[in-house]
Amino acid sequence: MTAPAGRDVVIAARGLVKAYGGHRAVDAIDLEVRRGEIFGLLGPNGAGKTTTILMMLGLTEISGGSVDVLGYDPVREPLEVKRRVGYLPDAVGFYDHLTARENLAYTARLLGVPRSQAGRRIMEALESVRLADVAGKRVSTFSRGMRQRLGIAEIVMKQAEVAILDEPTSGLDPHATHELLEMIRGLKRAGVAVLLSSHLLDRVQSVCDRVALFNKGKVALMGTVVELANQVLGAGHPVLVEATGADVAAALRGLEGVQQVLPDGQGAWKVEADRDVRAAAARRIVEAGGNLLRLADLQPSLEEVYTRYFEEARRAA
Amino acid sequence: MPREASAARLPRRKGSPFTGLGPVFMKELSDHLGSPRMLVLTLFVIAFGALPVGFALQDLRTVVVSDPYLFLRIFTVSPERVGLSFTVALNFVIPLMAIGLGFDSVNSEFNRRTLSRVLSQPIYRDALLLGKFLGGLATLAVALVALWLIVVGSGLLLLGLPPRGVEVARGIAFLVVAIAYGGVWLAVSMLFSVLFRSTATSALCALGLWLFFFILWPMIASALTLALAPSQITGVDQYVAVQEMGLALLRLSPGTLFTEAVVGLLNPETRTLGFVLPMQMRGAIPEAPLPFDQSLLLIWPQVTGLIAGMIVLFAAAYVVFQREEVRA
Repeated sequence: MTAPAGRDVVIAARGLVKAYGGHRAVDAIDLEVRRGEIFGLLGPNGAGKTTTILMMLGLTEISGGSVDVLGYDPVREPLEVKRRVGYLPDAVGFYDHLTARENLAYTARLLGVPRSQAGRRIMEALESVRLADVAGKRVSTFSRGMRQRLGIAEIVMKQAEVAILDEPTSGLDPHATHELLEMIRGLKRAGVAVLLSSHLLDRVQSVCDRVALFNKGKVALMGTVVELANQVLGAGHPVLVEATGADVAAALRGLEGVQQVLPDGQGAWKVEADRDVRAAAARRIVEAGGNLLRLADLQPSLEEVYTRYFEEARRAA
Repeated sequence: MPREASAARLPRRKGSPFTGLGPVFMKELSDHLGSPRMLVLTLFVIAFGALPVGFALQDLRTVVVSDPYLFLRIFTVSPERVGLSFTVALNFVIPLMAIGLGFDSVNSEFNRRTLSRVLSQPIYRDALLLGKFLGGLATLAVALVALWLIVVGSGLLLLGLPPRGVEVARGIAFLVVAIAYGGVWLAVSMLFSVLFRSTATSALCALGLWLFFFILWPMIASALTLALAPSQITGVDQYVAVQEMGLALLRLSPGTLFTEAVVGLLNPETRTLGFVLPMQMRGAIPEAPLPFDQSLLLIWPQVTGLIAGMIVLFAAAYVVFQREEVRA
């Protein structure tokens, strides 16, 4: 039925629906995750991200549509899906009275990993997330970041082809977030397709190859971050200018290609242009007698895309 | 394309529902046996069991009449100083132990947020629930067997009298009945652990049900019998019918079934567990023990009742658990 579009598609959802009574938590979603990419599901809480993930794993019933994970149907063959897909739930829990190694050993037994291999695979997985030195410590002593890393170790130990991570970085301090994202990149390098959900945008932007923006159970936008920015913010080259000693706004307003000059704090302006105007802008400011302090190309940020999109969605509603 | 529709409507699962049962069972067993809670429960059971047995043994040592089933009396005699026989104590303590083992089996996995992680491994919910139940039952069985061995051992030492084969057989049958009785309460507490997310609520409900059956149910049963009985009893048949209705109501409590089964097994003179009129006993040799197989036949309905209750309760927990959403 659901012959994957290409051999490199690992997750394909078609018209996926989850209804609770009359309310549609997930409303006809179509998406594809390809082998070797990091795919981000973004959106506010309650937009249907976790429900979508649970349907992909066969952990909750599907009300309509279909999902195909690695060629298996999670409704009919959940065991095959779950054998190949690693899942890190939101705020993952481990058995506190067991050590890190014992927790993974239980998972290994559930997976049916032969006893002779289990010990080695567990230690390798713990090393890959830098938890090898606390392998014999009880999980009750672990910080939140360590638990998340242990969750990643479980996926590594499982030798999963697909990793599904639900809010992996929520509640972590910046350093722990950075480490975790590095480990997620490591999964990608190992050839694992990663699907992650998050509402923390700037962090996610740095790791995701493609993203899908969720809103009220629907995929509002999907593509690379640059594509989304072009779609929502319009194509353009925003530039940040910091200068003193000149009326920058007046100097730049007449420049060819400049659409708008907006003050952006003291001595700073945001210039919106339809082409790269940095060189011309620099010349203008210097000619006008100003001291140019900074001239930066503004990368489209996912946060901006997100904010702008939801503002527009609200206005449209 | 038609397969797509049928797949959605007929979610026929592939793979054995028992995949992963072994690891879950072993983990539950080792968790229980190593937990401080188990230690407390064991101490509790030993205290409750040892006291009546100790006093019973003192009383029995002074017995002079020859009694072919002297050894079984260790279990059933209620010593004057305690007023509680070993079996009565067990009737009381086994539910407590089973509830202690089962009241947080499923909801604690929710609360520790381990459930979705475990269920994302190649395992069905069936195996998780059954593994937990069997793990609890095995723990209970280990504790009861240990207790039984302690009682039999101290009987051997203090009475200086080896049990006969038939006594051992009756004793083992008693052990099996006790485990089945524990299974009923384990299933009750697991049902509550599936129904309620809060472990405190589920413990409270299970203990409440236990107290209800122990204290209130006998009163309610007799009140109901009185209320339903005709105001004037005109004949023997009517009288018997009323008595039997009262008994049937009492038998809804697993404790009654356990007591009856134990009486039938450990008091070989027991000829019937129902209501008997004196004239029905005509021709019977009083105090003559029944053979073991006849006693088994006598308690068979009670034992099947206990096992059926256990299965029904487990099935109820299973149905609720299957429908539950995994997300916390």
